[in-house]
Amino acid sequence: MNRAVQSIKTPFRFFTRLHLTELTGLKAASLVELARLIREVPGSSIYHHTHRFLQQHLYLSPEPPNDFAYWTTGVLGEERLGEILASIDTMQFKDIRSLREKISETLEDYVNAHPKVSLKFADPGEEFHFMKSVSFVLPTSHSAASLEDFTDILGKITIDSIYYHIFEARLRLEKPTNDFSLWLEQSCGRPELANEIGRLDPYTRTMEGLRKALLDILRKGIAK
Amino acid sequence: MTRNKLEDYEPIVGRNVIDDLRLLAEKLKDRVIQHVNSTSVGGGVAEILNRMIPLFQDLGVDCRWDVIKGGEAFFNVTKKFHNALHGRPENLERKDFDIFLETSEQNIRQMDIYGDILFIHDPQPVALIRKKKDNKWIWRCHVDVSDPLPEVWAFISGFLGRYDAAVFSAPGFSQKLPLRQFLISPSIDPLSEKNKEIPEKTVDEVMAKYKVPRDKPIVTQISRFDRLKDPVGVIETYRLVKKYSDCRLILAGGTATDDPEGAAVLKEVMEKAAGDPDIHILLMSQNDLEINAIQRASTVILQKSIREGFGLTVAEALWKAKPVVASNVGGIPLQIRHKYSGLLCHSVEGAAFSVKQLLNSPEYADKIGVNGREHIRNNFLLTRHLRDYMLLFLALYHPENVVYL
Repeated sequence: MNRAVQSIKTPFRFFTRLHLTELTGLKAASLVELARLIREVPGSSIYHHTHRFLQQHLYLSPEPPNDFAYWTTGVLGEERLGEILASIDTMQFKDIRSLREKISETLEDYVNAHPKVSLKFADPGEEFHFMKSVSFVLPTSHSAASLEDFTDILGKITIDSIYYHIFEARLRLEKPTNDFSLWLEQSCGRPELANEIGRLDPYTRTMEGLRKALLDILRKGIAK
Repeated sequence: MTRNKLEDYEPIVGRNVIDDLRLLAEKLKDRVIQHVNSTSVGGGVAEILNRMIPLFQDLGVDCRWDVIKGGEAFFNVTKKFHNALHGRPENLERKDFDIFLETSEQNIRQMDIYGDILFIHDPQPVALIRKKKDNKWIWRCHVDVSDPLPEVWAFISGFLGRYDAAVFSAPGFSQKLPLRQFLISPSIDPLSEKNKEIPEKTVDEVMAKYKVPRDKPIVTQISRFDRLKDPVGVIETYRLVKKYSDCRLILAGGTATDDPEGAAVLKEVMEKAAGDPDIHILLMSQNDLEINAIQRASTVILQKSIREGFGLTVAEALWKAKPVVASNVGGIPLQIRHKYSGLLCHSVEGAAFSVKQLLNSPEYADKIGVNGREHIRNNFLLTRHLRDYMLLFLALYHPENVVYL
């Protein structure tokens, strides 16, 4: 029996997450309104606008997964601010509250430093519409009792499942790290693999690129 | 209409998507869903229900469909409401509202309400909410209500307070309402006549029938002859492109015999196009297979609308991996991420610039066409629509933001 099978304490149960978009009826036509509403809307709205792109455009090259940056650049023409918003390092935030704070501060600092931008308004129909995500979490039929099984399943499970265990678990459900790293460390006795996966920045990859990176790490781990 | 089975979609969307649908359907097996609209034939709502209901039944979800009754006077009023909700000025009188209420009253008396979930489509049956008991009610708005006439919106929204949820097709259609609102985009059916794969021979035959040679790049807009689709702007766009890139233009759309304004627009278009043998104005009766062929024969697809409800012609073109240039209105920006899955424009000049770019850079055009097809596969096919509706039904019983099923 190999090392991976021997060390498993609890099998890893794969879940998946489907989502529905809820509208809030709130919209911003200027940076000042955007900054105010970012402070007021529910956390699930901040989550939606910083993660939607990952799922809807999962086949594209890595792209700032941030609707605020996209709107600021594309509609208001504020490329510098768009770049700053796009480069906010989501990985360093432990929860939505601190991510919201960072986005708000970034916007407010920019408006204070460039007061003329508050005179810019989006054309009717091009306002920023605040939405939020409702997540539905379901168990799949897949469960892994060894590192080999885990790797095999990861190769064929839906992107939604990978998304749930990597993104949703950490930021929305406020776990200390992603589900895969937690299991690899706590149940599988492979902290080095857990750390390596925990250090991946999933926001700068496509979802299929992320799957490949995970599989590369795991296959190397199995071979050791 | 061919009735497809859920399994028929598996080669297109993958096994996992079908499995997800089955997982969700399992959670709804004890619920009866009752759709209500105003017609069983014609129009987008009837078309989508005709496609969806057999698939729901395939999934084991008890989904049924009823239609309200109404006379000519009622439907004349609801047509006025429809236009007014789109923001078009309409001369509405007190008696129009009375006619609406009288017919609604008859339907309230006659219609059997048996569903656990009532799915009410558009304004015509909205007043049925007065029959609400301990079941859940959804109002599905298929209309662009981003800028409605206040008088009509106030009247319709007066019925919405007792609904449990409203559904809109684009973020801009959302209004401040005292109920939960969801965004669910419409979809295309990849197996329909309009979207299914067809042999190149069929494409050739259709182009030959309409006498359009395939000797140079073809730029096409498919839409009825309506000012909101800006067909004159399309010809102006073509003329700017034609200065530098030789091409043909196809403007293809339905006949406008019952629409006096349509006939006037068509006349303007014919005048504008006169004398140019490379402009092909195709007046077509409803023929989905021919539309499919024309889209596939095109090099670039235009949708230069001034206003759009959702603009599913964009999704149809993208599904065929065609590069699209389209106005940034209605639901179009949901389908096109500028420069990734198509090009958005705001003017004739902008549209012309984008068309030239695509004609002169075929590799770039191919790339955004492929991206566009994948974007439609992930977000705008019928299977996604089924999934969203099932999630919506489940959301009615779960107010929380993270729902564990």
